[in-house]
Amino acid sequence: MKLPVNLLIGAVLVALVIGAAALSLVWTPQDFTVMNVRNKFAAPDTIHWLGTDQLGRDLASQLMAGARNSMAVALAAVLLGGSIGTALGLLAAAIGGWVEDLVMRIADIGFAFPALLFAIMLAAVFGPSLTNAVLAIAFINIPVFARVARAAANQVWTREYVAAARAAGLDRFAISRDHILPNIAAPVIVQATIEFAVAILAEAALSYLGLGAQPPSPTWGRMLSEAQTLMYQAPQLAIYPGLCIVAAVMGFGLLGDGLRDVTDPRLVRER
Amino acid sequence: MILDVRNVTRRYRLPRRALLQPPPVLVAVDNASLSIDRGQTLGIVGESGSGKSTLARMVMAFERPDQGTIRFDGHDLNALSTAELRRLRQRFQMVFQDPYGSLDPRRTVGWSIAEPLRVMGAPDTARRVDEALDHVGLRAADAGKYPHEFSGGQRQRIAIARAIVTRPALLVADEAVSALDVSVQAQILNLLMDLQDELGLAMLFISHDLAVVASICDHLMVMQHGKTLESGPAHQVLAAPSHPYTRSLLTAAGAAA
Repeated sequence: MKLPVNLLIGAVLVALVIGAAALSLVWTPQDFTVMNVRNKFAAPDTIHWLGTDQLGRDLASQLMAGARNSMAVALAAVLLGGSIGTALGLLAAAIGGWVEDLVMRIADIGFAFPALLFAIMLAAVFGPSLTNAVLAIAFINIPVFARVARAAANQVWTREYVAAARAAGLDRFAISRDHILPNIAAPVIVQATIEFAVAILAEAALSYLGLGAQPPSPTWGRMLSEAQTLMYQAPQLAIYPGLCIVAAVMGFGLLGDGLRDVTDPRLVRER
Repeated sequence: MILDVRNVTRRYRLPRRALLQPPPVLVAVDNASLSIDRGQTLGIVGESGSGKSTLARMVMAFERPDQGTIRFDGHDLNALSTAELRRLRQRFQMVFQDPYGSLDPRRTVGWSIAEPLRVMGAPDTARRVDEALDHVGLRAADAGKYPHEFSGGQRQRIAIARAIVTRPALLVADEAVSALDVSVQAQILNLLMDLQDELGLAMLFISHDLAVVASICDHLMVMQHGKTLESGPAHQVLAAPSHPYTRSLLTAAGAAA
């Protein structure tokens, strides 16, 4: 089978971002916390590959460390929100009736609530931190996964192998665990990939507003926000983190689309 | 008597057509009664929409009748507690119509066949799965394969293996051969008859195809639009049908054969 182009491009971009994040755990070109004000706004050279910022810190190293923060926040948020949302969707489909209506109406409310506003509220109440950023992004993911999981689960519930499992004496929760979850894994994983892109963007937005990771831990969003006042003096300080965000968001978005193309049998037949 | 269905009625409420009128009601099964003795086969014939599958679903306790009682081996299925019903389920099993939809694509064949045994907490699961596979003419080595590696007829054999692995007293077969080629149909029908002799199974055999039902059943019941048109010993219904609809079914089956 020929792999779709969006899947390949997405996979390459994602591999680059994850590679940079993983590498930064053990090695960065320079120590990204070391300041050298005399060497501020340095042009790219062999020591500082992308130059330095207004405090003389190495830009390339900061970007790599920023990738690590972005990935960590996005991963934790999508895992947390995805697990809770998928569990709620499975529950709604398994029980049906008023429980299903209740779960889905709550999900609707979650959708209607502006996500960033919720994050700001959380930060205002509990103080800005990486944990609160994760919680806020996880929260906005719950209704998304609840919907996807419920729609897919309802389809699987109509299958004859589920009836056979009922005839075997399994209860609704055992059926959800043994048959529904494995058979809705594909759409949920696709959704997780797409939500990963959204989470990276949300993390950048929160950091930009100063509600994410706190200094000196670098994030792409905060690098952007700090570069804002220096836009005319040193536009590269905004351009590089901006490009990183675009690459990461686009990479996960394309990967998710590509995975959906590959796993959705209807689309496979059309091709 | 292993299965005794008395005056069972099932209605479905259809979507509302007008805001101020009550939603229309479809009577899927209207006052149906039937009984099956141990080792006997009752065939239900009827076109799609005749209520025969709804009746099967009620016999399997997948849904409740609005009126009437369904007794399996003396137990009123709708009076049992959830736990009691779950324990009783191993004694009546079902073979479904679609051999492609009745096996979980993500589970191995052996896993699916062992499912009712695991629920029972039965010992010796692996050996009993091998036995069941052997009963339906498959090899023990097939247990490790996935459903997509088998043909439709083979999958139906696997579904039958899953249904008989708990040694049930009653097997409900809802259009169990309708999705298969004619030559494969005959093989599966022969298999079901052999198993019936060997295990003393009672069978509720549902089909839209009178020719198929005639070849396997002791008793016959003809349904249309939820109503029972006639029922009786198979040879009698086939030789001297009392209802014009049964006669038209017979003519159609004769023309096809």
